[in-house]
Amino acid sequence: MNELVSLDAAELARRIHAREVSSVEVTRAHLERIEAVDGPAESGVHAFLHLDAEGALAAAEAADRAVAGGAPASPLAGVPIALKDNLTTTDMPTTAASRILEGWRPPYDATVVARLRAAGLVPLGKTNLDEFAMGSSTENSAFGPSRNPWDLTRIPGGSGGGSSSAVAAGESPLALGSDTGGSIRQPGAVTGTVGVKPTYGTVSRYGLIAFSSSLDQIGPCARSVLDAALLHEVIGGQDRNDQTSVSAPLPPVVEAAQAGARGDLAGVRIGVVTEFSGEGYQPGVLGAFTDAVRTLGELGAEVVEVSCPSFGYALPAYYLIAPSEASSNLARFDAMRYGLRVGDDGEHAADEVMSLTREAGFGAEVKRRIMIGTHALSAGSYDALYGKAQKARTLIVRDFTAAFATCDVLISPTTPTTAFAIGERADDPLAMYLADLCTIPSNLAGNAALSVPCGLSADDGLPVGLQIMAPALADDRAYRVAAAYEVARGPGAGPRIPELRALEATR
Amino acid sequence: MTATIDAAPYTVEEVCERFDPVMGLEVHVELNTATKMFCGCANAFGAEPNTNICPVCLGLPGSLPRLNGTAVESAIRIGLALNCRVRERSGFARKNYFYPDMPKNFQISQYEDPIVFDGYLDVPLDDGTTWRVEIERAHMEEDTGKSLHIGGATGRIHGADHSLLDYNRAGVPLIEIVTKPIVGAGVRAPEVARAYVTALRDVLRGLGVSDVRMDQGSMRCDANVSLKPKGTDAFGTRTETKNVNSLRSVERAVRYEMGRHAGVLLCGGTVTQETRHFDEQSGTTSAGRPKETFADYRFFPEPDLPPLEPSREWVETLRAGLPERPWERRARIQAEWGLSDEELRDLVNADALDLVADTVDAGAPPEAARSWWVSYLAQQANAAGVTLPELAITPPQVARVVALVAEGTLTNKLARQVVDGVLAGEGEPDEVVAGRGLAVVSDESALTTAVDEALAAQPGIAEKIRAGKTKAAGAIVGAVMKATRGQADAARVQELVLERCR
Repeated sequence: MNELVSLDAAELARRIHAREVSSVEVTRAHLERIEAVDGPAESGVHAFLHLDAEGALAAAEAADRAVAGGAPASPLAGVPIALKDNLTTTDMPTTAASRILEGWRPPYDATVVARLRAAGLVPLGKTNLDEFAMGSSTENSAFGPSRNPWDLTRIPGGSGGGSSSAVAAGESPLALGSDTGGSIRQPGAVTGTVGVKPTYGTVSRYGLIAFSSSLDQIGPCARSVLDAALLHEVIGGQDRNDQTSVSAPLPPVVEAAQAGARGDLAGVRIGVVTEFSGEGYQPGVLGAFTDAVRTLGELGAEVVEVSCPSFGYALPAYYLIAPSEASSNLARFDAMRYGLRVGDDGEHAADEVMSLTREAGFGAEVKRRIMIGTHALSAGSYDALYGKAQKARTLIVRDFTAAFATCDVLISPTTPTTAFAIGERADDPLAMYLADLCTIPSNLAGNAALSVPCGLSADDGLPVGLQIMAPALADDRAYRVAAAYEVARGPGAGPRIPELRALEATR
Repeated sequence: MTATIDAAPYTVEEVCERFDPVMGLEVHVELNTATKMFCGCANAFGAEPNTNICPVCLGLPGSLPRLNGTAVESAIRIGLALNCRVRERSGFARKNYFYPDMPKNFQISQYEDPIVFDGYLDVPLDDGTTWRVEIERAHMEEDTGKSLHIGGATGRIHGADHSLLDYNRAGVPLIEIVTKPIVGAGVRAPEVARAYVTALRDVLRGLGVSDVRMDQGSMRCDANVSLKPKGTDAFGTRTETKNVNSLRSVERAVRYEMGRHAGVLLCGGTVTQETRHFDEQSGTTSAGRPKETFADYRFFPEPDLPPLEPSREWVETLRAGLPERPWERRARIQAEWGLSDEELRDLVNADALDLVADTVDAGAPPEAARSWWVSYLAQQANAAGVTLPELAITPPQVARVVALVAEGTLTNKLARQVVDGVLAGEGEPDEVVAGRGLAVVSDESALTTAVDEALAAQPGIAEKIRAGKTKAAGAIVGAVMKATRGQADAARVQELVLERCR
């Protein structure tokens, strides 16, 4: 294994900008690592749905030229990155891991992709996800699941399991994800990587294939808190193409990560959400979490318990609001303009072609959510389902407001268990939904939240995530606490690049 | 129901002996903003299919709407002109249904909280009275694309061989203006319907927010009609007639549906709640495809657009900037120009009021401006088979011609030739004057020379004039006019002839 693929993005950027190594060499090292461990789809990590080696090397050469000219485009110029395949790209297909988008090549780049390119980052390819980001394991991908580099029989989390496993496996130092109910944070937790859901509206959604528009948020996946912050500042900030993006200045997250790394949390008040423990929580997860709480106290933070009683409504509310919006967002996939078309044989009318295409093009979980959402919005059910879920959402916002009135940040385990086995929950949607129990409230309220690795579970040796939640537009607080914790935790209990020798040996 | 009942056997008078008609009018207006409702594509009629499109109006995956501020401004101005209240906080909603010309398979519209609501329009009727039509609401929405169904007898999707889709219209900003039920109009219901749509068109034209061309679809009217038996309170079953593409058709469609409903009801039948299509040729309506199921559009708040909160100050600025209502303007103009009722009606009927007013605004005296438009220009329009507004001359050009006559550069006869030149596409009036060499010969020495030459050529007549027979001067004047190709001022020539013979 080339040492370059185990370095974090900040260190890679330092070396590239100091011309100790070229972006082309770094990019090539990652392409080789992908070659070594990503395939075959049936047994490898399978983080990527599409690779663009040629495009990546061209972008790397351009970054090297800019460095040689003394003007790297950004602090991350020349560093490779992987893109979740629900972000539109002009030079690569965009499938959202669905058959229904077969053959579609977007005519425009997502705003975040355009910003990455302008900042000189090097897109390697597109990563796997649950179809349309609906799931917690990538098992709902039409192209087969990704695998957790820590144990290839286990899920890498979802929906952004491709991005998190790519980062965990050393295939890319950075990735972009999208988080609707935990799709960045939960994969981060189970793969031992950092995943951030920024405050809703602070990163443009333009070019993100919508799942649930009022919940979706693009964010960084990385191996360190500082790397996530550096990427956050590249992609963040208002965008006139997204009217839900806010005009407030982006919180100074890099500065906060650097300040936190000095290891002093004196004067910071941290609330432990009492609802997120007990039955259903794996003892090894709670053990690692308890250790993290102790560490935060040792850093000088004041740790208190807070109750957020309405958080119990978060999961059911989410599973009405998200499918409702999805049922509308996914209506455009009708075979008329792009993507899959089934039954266009002169025998079927337009509405029949629509039905046949949707029947063939959507997977079971997507259909389930379209049906749930269609029902929740229908005339006889709207008030009792969608309307009531929105009321629950208001209660959750109030709980956050009350908790943040006394605490600077709130913490919890990111997800109740470590990575479960592929197939274990595939036939039990409700069990699958529990993976997002702790992450969903922040999507409903729109505040910032991240997951930082907090060691390994004593019962199975797999990574555990610590979730840190901050008020809207106070993302910097979460970064500060996470960076301080990261330093105190030390590299021993932190992320490492799994050896994946079995895969490498097959090359 | 049978075909005979569909033939609307009852006149409006007969209908109203037994029933009170109830109407609800929904008018869709395409705004004439430069760009579409939610993207930067041109909002233009008649472009090559699928040229004014982008990821947003095509609803491509990942695209997001970006609200057009001018469309919001137009919506508020329309509301204010219709005496509506402006909602302090309104928002958009998604109307969900599948149709191939809907790029997203939902339409961004407004549902429970339209931007303006609760207004009225005092509509002038033919007899000089007014009828107050109450406005329920006006809301913003995006237009759909257009389907062209090829093959099949009806031009509708069912039975077609294939369909072509043009998304140029997708995302064009629309305002839908909905009346409250119009009750109590009785036999005047058809007239009230036409008068309302006419008044609405005039108001919108005055605001400059839409082309309001019913023939091009930039203004479309759906007429809901029902009958309730006299003396009862409950409304009858309504039908919604679409495809009503002219002011006259609005009146005809309402009249036809009143008669048809009465025919059904008086035969003991029940009116089917349905959409009906108006046929311009026959003046009748026919049933659309019956709605098999109750349409559930599953409205919910549009999550991609923040709420709209127009500031009080902005609304008041827009209110202060509203133009005069067309009929108030008419009354003012009538007084200012001293027109009789008949003269005013002739101007309005000839569609000439705006043209004359604009000509006056461009500097012409009202009488001269009016005279040009109702006589010579009206004749030219008639001859060319076009309406006055379609004539290829603008009010400022007419004003310029009037000015040229007033300053003596043109005689009335020459002025008509200049107008002919403008209509023939020869350019501005001054260019036509130069191009055709039409200016009055006002150079005194040139005229004097011409007079002297004419007198020398006809010494006998010159002698008669010198002898005091001034009537003989006419022959010399005629000769001079001939020599100057009619471009001399005949009165001045007469004076010169007499001077030279003194």
